[in-house]
Amino acid sequence: MDYNPMELMICVASRYLEDGATVSVGTGIPCAAAMLAQRLHSPNLIILFEAGGIAPLLPTMPISVGDSRTMYKAIYTASMGEVMESLQRGMIDYCFLGGAQIDQYGNLNSTMIGEDYYHPKVRFPGSGGANDFGSLAWKTIVVTPQSPRRFVPKVDFITTPGFLDGPGARERAGLPPGTGPYKVITNLAVLGYEEDSKRMMVESVHPGFTLDDVKKNTGFELIVKEIKTTLPPTEEELKVLREEVDPLKLVIGREAK
Amino acid sequence: MEGRGRIFTEVDPDLLRHYFRGKPKKMVSKLTTVKEAVSSLINDGDYIAVGGFGGVRIPTAVLHEIVRQGKKNLGFSGHTATHDCQILAAGKCFNRCDIAYVIGLEARGIPKMTRKYFESGEVECTEWTNAAMTWRLKAAAMGVSFIPVRDMLGSDTAIYSGAKEITCPFTGKKYLAVPALFPDVAIIHVHEADIYGNSEIKGILVSDVELARASKRVIITCERLVPTEAFRNNPQKTTIPYYLVDAVMEVPYGSYPGNMPYEYYSDEEHLAEWLQAEEDPETYRAFLEKFIYGTQDFNEYLELCGGLKKMQVLRRLELLIDREGGN
Repeated sequence: MDYNPMELMICVASRYLEDGATVSVGTGIPCAAAMLAQRLHSPNLIILFEAGGIAPLLPTMPISVGDSRTMYKAIYTASMGEVMESLQRGMIDYCFLGGAQIDQYGNLNSTMIGEDYYHPKVRFPGSGGANDFGSLAWKTIVVTPQSPRRFVPKVDFITTPGFLDGPGARERAGLPPGTGPYKVITNLAVLGYEEDSKRMMVESVHPGFTLDDVKKNTGFELIVKEIKTTLPPTEEELKVLREEVDPLKLVIGREAK
Repeated sequence: MEGRGRIFTEVDPDLLRHYFRGKPKKMVSKLTTVKEAVSSLINDGDYIAVGGFGGVRIPTAVLHEIVRQGKKNLGFSGHTATHDCQILAAGKCFNRCDIAYVIGLEARGIPKMTRKYFESGEVECTEWTNAAMTWRLKAAAMGVSFIPVRDMLGSDTAIYSGAKEITCPFTGKKYLAVPALFPDVAIIHVHEADIYGNSEIKGILVSDVELARASKRVIITCERLVPTEAFRNNPQKTTIPYYLVDAVMEVPYGSYPGNMPYEYYSDEEHLAEWLQAEEDPETYRAFLEKFIYGTQDFNEYLELCGGLKKMQVLRRLELLIDREGGN
């Protein structure tokens, strides 16, 4: 079966979204994954957009997390406050995030590159809703291409908390217990977190890649225990993804970089 | 933990109580023009906040006019600010910014000159999140000076915010107290309004209900003016009541090139052209001269961008008229 890295990441991500769950998504891969899950195995998946769109029947890919596609045949066109307060109340199971940098504890940077906040080498947009979801959603899934530049020993700025500096740190900081990083899905592998150390761990390597490829593209030491091979996209997944979810190839036509 | 970021606005709710007490509440016509509203209600140095969601339901006409009138030293609420931020950054109109999300245009990319403006040091920044900003407005709307929240804890976002850690007197749990945000001016584009300022927003509200309540002055642009009976006969239609509003103007296609839910989709071609123009300073100067500085008003801008013909295309896109399988 022929597929590209974007299609693989979307299909793998979609499998984590069980029927009846709630998931907040942004545009791009997360939205495609949620749409795919809804069409394949989770018809009752509630998709939320931070700008206020709740449970739409997405007709096409949105360009903005607040555009009219996110409210098409929705159950509720609410406010950002309503979505964020549902999140704080514990009603959002999954969120999808990305970032310019991620470290072994799943801390994410989408604010700036550089040593000094006041003199950034590169300025990024900032948290948006990322910190909110990473702080308060039960499970955070990061979908991102993997490279040593992105998977770094220490992020320049913790925009969004992962496990901070290790076990117990989120709770000590005051974040709600039981929340935090869950999976990292890249173009090379699926990564999780070791229960005791809260460090990133290889769960499965995608077909056509080796553990060495994964290690070479990570700027910190990954925990390696049992390694499986990721189940590649099925024919059905690809068919629905290409024909129904993203026929215009807005997301799957992009390069995974 | 105490955030290092500066709080740009007055937080004391008693000062604001006096302001809101004195705000005229008579039901009088507030119809005006974009030019007049910007010159009389927005002063250099004011803190302004824009409704909608960056490239969705934005008051483009007012934003262009702020740039044309050369407003300076504004404070700006970067609360998922995308194309709105891009327009104000083009005029270098603000010098301080509460950042939840700025510079970027979501999936479209990051405009170079806008990013440079933020990297230049000309803009003093304080970090927040989307939830924090909506809750800061909520605190202001409630008439209190802060609200306890559970996000941001443990992050650098909190360290460079203006939040302070507090302990819950009931449970002993840690919270961040985020300060109320009372903007001087809110600018909001709505679907329908009457001459007094009663306004209806269709679809998602983003943070605009909180924003209208929190702000000292509220400028409304609307797709259509409607008679007051439309609200009197169906009070559920009122998203923002007239007594919060200071100025009303009818600006059809007023969110262009942004999306207006149920009316017209965003003009991705024009937004891409804008993004491309920012790659080179000379090209960008010419681009801004053509579309903002060289135009008298928003209608001229619409004409330059393809006029009614273009708007009809965007309406068909919005309503999924040509979609296979119908709409």
